[in-house]
Amino acid sequence: MKILVPVKRVIDYNVKVRVKADGTGVDLANVKMSMNPFDEIAVEEAMRLKEGGKATEVVAVSCGVTACQETLRTAMAIGADRSILVESDVELQPLAVAKLLAAVAKKEAPQLIILGKQAIDDDSNQTGQMLAALLGWSQATFASKVVIGEGKATVTREIDGGLETLEITLPAIVTTDLRLNEPRYATLPNIMKAKKKPLEVVKPADLGVDVAPRLSTVSVAEPPKRSAGIRVADVAALVDKLKNEAKVIA
Amino acid sequence: MSLLVIAEHDNASLKAATLNAVAAAAKIGGDIHVLVAGSGCGAVAEQAAKVAGVAKVRVADAAHYGDQTAENLAALIVANAAGYSHILAPATSIGKNTLPRVAALLDVAQISEIISVVDADTFVRPIYAGNAMATVKSADAVKVITVRTTGFDAVAATGGNAAVEPLSAGSDLGQAKLVSRELTKSARPELGAAKIIVSGGRGMGSGENYHKVLEPLADKLGAAMGASRAAVDAGFVPNDYQVGQTGKIVAPQLYIAIGISGAIQHLAGMKDSKVIVAINKDPDAPIFQVADYGLVADLFTTVPELVAAL
Repeated sequence: MKILVPVKRVIDYNVKVRVKADGTGVDLANVKMSMNPFDEIAVEEAMRLKEGGKATEVVAVSCGVTACQETLRTAMAIGADRSILVESDVELQPLAVAKLLAAVAKKEAPQLIILGKQAIDDDSNQTGQMLAALLGWSQATFASKVVIGEGKATVTREIDGGLETLEITLPAIVTTDLRLNEPRYATLPNIMKAKKKPLEVVKPADLGVDVAPRLSTVSVAEPPKRSAGIRVADVAALVDKLKNEAKVIA
Repeated sequence: MSLLVIAEHDNASLKAATLNAVAAAAKIGGDIHVLVAGSGCGAVAEQAAKVAGVAKVRVADAAHYGDQTAENLAALIVANAAGYSHILAPATSIGKNTLPRVAALLDVAQISEIISVVDADTFVRPIYAGNAMATVKSADAVKVITVRTTGFDAVAATGGNAAVEPLSAGSDLGQAKLVSRELTKSARPELGAAKIIVSGGRGMGSGENYHKVLEPLADKLGAAMGASRAAVDAGFVPNDYQVGQTGKIVAPQLYIAIGISGAIQHLAGMKDSKVIVAINKDPDAPIFQVADYGLVADLFTTVPELVAAL
């Protein structure tokens, strides 16, 4: 079984995001970029399935600018066998990415595609579900456990108020939640090895996909600031404030 | 103009999150229809018909909608999408799971987790875990939208008198089957709907302390219980307690953060609360920068004192 793992290059999760003064977006100049953390979990899960004998090949895919090659090298350093970059300088929104991935999936014919549940930049949480729709496949989002069986997968999902377990038919889409696994660190020898692994570059036009954005950004602003309140001296003062000033308890 | 709101329910009762989604639809303006897809969900349809501002309730009642699997639900929504300018659902785990599938099948973008409506095409949504607010305009004929419930005050659950109309069910795609569902059983209110939340962080030290110290306070206040990601990662409580960017986004009347330092990712989940109280022994903890009332003290002595004083 082949597994496809789409990965996205995003601002590193440790970086404090700054909104540009002209309100057109956030400042990406000289900012550290990394693989989306949920996608790292996806690569790790694919590797565990391969190491457990459930998968034979893991192919990483990224859609975006030339620098996404670094993200694909990271995926290959974790263990992906090869990778594909769908190179584009256009701003790629989830629907466009899902269409590109669907085109790649039709060529590669994987049985399973594992994606992060959302990217930590635009927080859309759409691509996996859209990809499942375009391919007509089943989906299990927000996964915390994945077990592969004959022609099916049993996936435990994080839902509001608890967990649910679904049995889905393969081929299928799985999107990862935080607790699915703890991704490994790429070791130096594996980082060196990853440099020699195959990385194919294609263009959206090669795949016959129109990637024109459907949403335009009117402006990006700082969130409203919440100002610090006061320090209270003790419990009695706190209770007094909550009852008589904030009036949130009776 | 007509808008379709997807009802959130458990086949027995309509969930409050639906009322926030209807509120967002009302901000956009137009005839609001509510789709109830479920199994044996007649009571839900009746409740939906009473919701203020709803013009029509459309009900698809069939066994294969009972578990709200995305494949069947999305196919049903798409089959009944004609004539709607907007399709909205609350950004719950069901809404987030299903609506992108609907958007892709309609070949339109989805606008995720809107917190306000500028006009019928333009919406505000948080990006970068709430560290920036993007105003986005859709060029699509149909707007598929998930609604962050904390962004819109719920409409009244009663007062409406909508017509209820049955829909013919689609076929069962048979792609996904529910094996089991383990919902955390609790007599307390749900995190998403609670007026008061008592939340604990790494400062609790252990799962045992978390329960021993915080439960009496939550009981006294009738509060829901939450936790920071640090407390979840440390194994004190299960993940569905988590408040933050990677957990639940909440906005109660009163949020009491105990032994929580206030990492950005936690603040992203609770900073819209009306009143925030922080109890932490570290005077430099970032939580104090957003707290209305801060108390620098040892939680293990302070919380029992607070319980006694209430």
